[in-house]
Amino acid sequence: MKIVGLSGSIVGSKTRTSMNYMVKDLIKKYPDVEVTLLDLADYHVQFSDGRNYLEYEGDTGFVTRKIMEADAIIMGTPIFQASIPATLKNIFDLLPVNAFRDKVVSMLVTAGSPKHYLIAEQQLKPILAYMKAQIVQTYVFIEEKDFQRKEIVNDDVLFRIERLVEDTVVLTKTYTKMREAKEATYDF
Amino acid sequence: MENYRIDQSEGLEFGLYTLGDHIPHPLTGERISAQQRIHEIIDLAKLAEQVGIDFFSVGESHQEYFATQAHSVVLAAIAQATSKIKIASSSTIISTSDPVRVFEDFSTIDLISRGRAEIIAGRASRIGLFDLLGYDVRDYEELYEEKFELLLKISKEEVVNWSGDFRAPLNNARVIPRPQNGSMPIWRAVGGHAASAIKAGNAGVPMFLATLGGPATSFKATIDAYREAAKRSGFDTATLPIATAGFFHVAETTQQAQSEAYPHINQGMQLINGQGYPKQHFAQGADSRDVMNIGSPQQVIEKILYQHELFGHQRYIAQMDFGGVPYEKLVKNIELIGTEILPAIKKYTAKK
Repeated sequence: MKIVGLSGSIVGSKTRTSMNYMVKDLIKKYPDVEVTLLDLADYHVQFSDGRNYLEYEGDTGFVTRKIMEADAIIMGTPIFQASIPATLKNIFDLLPVNAFRDKVVSMLVTAGSPKHYLIAEQQLKPILAYMKAQIVQTYVFIEEKDFQRKEIVNDDVLFRIERLVEDTVVLTKTYTKMREAKEATYDF
Repeated sequence: MENYRIDQSEGLEFGLYTLGDHIPHPLTGERISAQQRIHEIIDLAKLAEQVGIDFFSVGESHQEYFATQAHSVVLAAIAQATSKIKIASSSTIISTSDPVRVFEDFSTIDLISRGRAEIIAGRASRIGLFDLLGYDVRDYEELYEEKFELLLKISKEEVVNWSGDFRAPLNNARVIPRPQNGSMPIWRAVGGHAASAIKAGNAGVPMFLATLGGPATSFKATIDAYREAAKRSGFDTATLPIATAGFFHVAETTQQAQSEAYPHINQGMQLINGQGYPKQHFAQGADSRDVMNIGSPQQVIEKILYQHELFGHQRYIAQMDFGGVPYEKLVKNIELIGTEILPAIKKYTAKK
């Protein structure tokens, strides 16, 4: 199983900090899973110009290919201006319309206002659903007060990250089995 | 229809098309040489002619895994190797080509083939082509519309006066040679979207519609939109042919046809678009209401006749080599088309 952690912002530290916790837990509990953490801050991703993702080169080609090769994606995003960051939206623009078909996608959201859970519900989830993701319904929502100098200080958040990791792996395994069982009924 | 060399008394025309797929075999990983692939395409055209297939076309695709970028050159070889079958481009990317040059090439092919050549002009599905040939993809739509219009004008007028944004003006320019009978059919290639079909209708040109998969009824809506647009613009739809094109594979049984075709279609999609073809969608393609013509000869006959009843189209064009189906399988397909499919299709659609 290939899981990509995607840290969707090039500024700030909270999303990346949370993603580090998530990746650490994932590696510890599921050593067989191939984990890649893509922090968009580490790459120069160009704006989408509408071409097929295979036609991009450099960092843009690398990031899009890694995502497309994954069985599951854990998407970390901050909320800026009551919206997902442009860097994450650009990833969606770069990918094909059915990019998440047969993939599980889960979300980890950091925000300055508790009301910004609405962005996960009303902006991020519809995009993922449109792109055919199997969405892990329960996401981790983390607020400013849960952090202290680049560390998570709220145990409840840590428990929820552990559950997100578990839910992502369980749903990916389950969905893969379901699909394989369905496909085994075909003669080709 | 006679302007487009279509005789409906003969029934639905049956054609083949290739984009020159040059893909490793999905099971063995082996890849034949580009030289072998091109010669196989020429041989397939000869075979198609021998079994009575009406039409053979070659498209250009400027990317890895394709071998017929210079499709007009391949068509010229086919023109020389055959004597009856209609030959065309499907499609010529007019957006990134000079219409004068395209017309010169294809009217020459028309002369070599003694009046059998046609142009199907499309607007590209790949952005890399624009980089390769030095165009700005932001001009995507304008490039296509301007160049397609110019191509039609050159086809109608031997001496052309014209100016536009994407090419040097033409002042009393004589575009020669002229096709054998003074003109040759020029079609507009249309994807699944109705907006493009409406433009073809507005221009009063025949439409070549790609129908890869999905319910036939959804393409019927596009065809209706085309005919309505043509009527609104004052054209007689009885004079405008429609061709549909899509995945085709035939074998003794439907199960065998599906097993043979799926690995190629899946790998072709994976390599070219970056995502395989979902098995579930492919399985649904066997339904008689789906446009995908993959199955036993009897099932394919029923599907084509159902589509003909629904669309009222004049030509069906089969894409049977998508994803690098090996030559021997293509030969077998052509045999089954000639012995079983063509006689049935012609029998039920001829208007004699």
